[in-house]
Amino acid sequence: MRMPISAAIGLIMTGAFFLAAIFAGVIAPYGMGEIVGGVWDPVSDKHWFGTDAIGRDMLTRMIYGGQTTIFVATAATALSFITGSILGFTAAVTGGWADQVLSRLVDLVMAIPSLILALVILSVTPVTLPVLILVIGLLDATRVFRLSRAVAVDITVMDYVEAARLRGEGWAWIIFREILPNALSPLVAELGLRFIFAVLFISTLSFLGLGVQPPLADWGGIVKENSAGLVYGIPAALIPAFAIAALAISVNLVADWVLGRTTSLKGGRG
Amino acid sequence: MLAGLRVHPVFKLVVQRIALGLLLLVAVSAIIFLGVEALPGDTAQAILGQSATPQALANLRAEMGLDQPPLARYVDWLGGIMTGDLGTSLSNKTDIAKAIGQRLGNTLFLAFWAAIISVPLAVLLGLVAARYNGRWPDKIISGVTLSTISLPEFVVGYLVLYFLAVKWQLFPSVAMVFPGMGMMERLNAVILPVIVLVLVVLAHMMRMTRAAILNVMQSAYIETAELKGLSPMQVIWRHAFPNAIAPVVNVVMLNLAYLVVGVVVVEVVFVYPGMGQYLVDHVTKRDLPVVQAVGLIFAAVYIGLNIMADVISILANPRLRHPK
Repeated sequence: MRMPISAAIGLIMTGAFFLAAIFAGVIAPYGMGEIVGGVWDPVSDKHWFGTDAIGRDMLTRMIYGGQTTIFVATAATALSFITGSILGFTAAVTGGWADQVLSRLVDLVMAIPSLILALVILSVTPVTLPVLILVIGLLDATRVFRLSRAVAVDITVMDYVEAARLRGEGWAWIIFREILPNALSPLVAELGLRFIFAVLFISTLSFLGLGVQPPLADWGGIVKENSAGLVYGIPAALIPAFAIAALAISVNLVADWVLGRTTSLKGGRG
Repeated sequence: MLAGLRVHPVFKLVVQRIALGLLLLVAVSAIIFLGVEALPGDTAQAILGQSATPQALANLRAEMGLDQPPLARYVDWLGGIMTGDLGTSLSNKTDIAKAIGQRLGNTLFLAFWAAIISVPLAVLLGLVAARYNGRWPDKIISGVTLSTISLPEFVVGYLVLYFLAVKWQLFPSVAMVFPGMGMMERLNAVILPVIVLVLVVLAHMMRMTRAAILNVMQSAYIETAELKGLSPMQVIWRHAFPNAIAPVVNVVMLNLAYLVVGVVVVEVVFVYPGMGQYLVDHVTKRDLPVVQAVGLIFAAVYIGLNIMADVISILANPRLRHPK
């Protein structure tokens, strides 16, 4: 099966974003907090994206900002997948009261809008990167829990899982060796969507001033720093805004393709 | 149920759903109050700062009732909220209920207009996309929705602000409203935030409407309608749409609930004096009583709309209307 052109574009762009994040220190032309020009200098050959509200190079800020955004989103996605899928599989395998308690707890957390709950939590806890990753990751884990539980419930009734149980295998074996390999494709498709959600979430929190704190910055924070200029017709704040959108759309294109592939693997409509 | 009295099963289902929702609301209030208690962080310390003497801390705790056990304070708090007493703000010692009154009105005004515009528009565009399924109108609509779904609310907000208010000078950039403002002035002031909220919820609603109708379009009776010579729009309007109402209403409700989140961000973008702005300000100030009260109100609206979505889909299901 050939990769559709949209997925290829998505994959290349996602790769470029990640490479830029990993090698931020190498490719950024200036230092992150270095003031190198005037306030909101226009685009020039020295400053490809102009300068920001206090004269720092915008391209440099964007590269480092992308690093923070992608790091937080990746860590939060990893956390949500690890906790969400392990708890979801455990709930499906053990059933009974453990399943009931976990499922009702997840229902409860999902009954509150994520942003509101995050704001309530962040009003008490210190706002640091680990706390942000933890909050975003755990709130997102509820969705992964629902999906992995639903998938695993179908798998646990299969003969080969029954056989493993009769052999006397423990939970860990059943979860990691029997269920996980068979539940992988829907989870991989979900991975992209969760990553986008995490990117949008951390950007929104930073934009509200409750995410990544200065001197560090992420794309949402850079929008906030430069938003005052918009009213005077200075579009600097739109650059990180476009970056967020471009990252989300390119990951979305890849996720759509993976989703299409996995449904055709399961015999669904292409 | 009462013996001898035949209770209609739909009524029973609806009552069950509402009761469950109320139970959920109480549980959510417990999470917002007790869950936050359990997190690390000392309110008294946060107010007085690191240099506070132990005596001052103890005094403040006693004054705020923080020396009481959490459960007792929770019951007290919930009782207060039931009677309309939301407590006092830590940062400026004002009554929260009073501060919220005006702002709640402003936020509802914004959400109301966003809903009034977005719902018919989404359903109409969804119908068009379903009618031209796979052809260019559908492709354009799907492409635009994919990109708006990928944009966070504040990005949509600034794009709209930059182009409509600054570049083309069509609308005011700051949504200033104050008491005593005329209706038209007020509408003119909120037009940009309303546009943003509409864009934010429109995409999802439209996609789901399209999906619900396409789902119904695969039924055999649709083929019959096509074979007897009805035009495609008539087939959709007369035969497919009535059966897609339940899922569409459900999606509409869920998206209206989503406005709750959108409103927080959009109010900050346009400096609109509503509940969302109030919440974000007080999270920054670490003013816990305000955050808890406003958080609970947002959660209650969200849960309320979700209950309504469920009730409407129960009522719209014809199979439940005629008990066997």
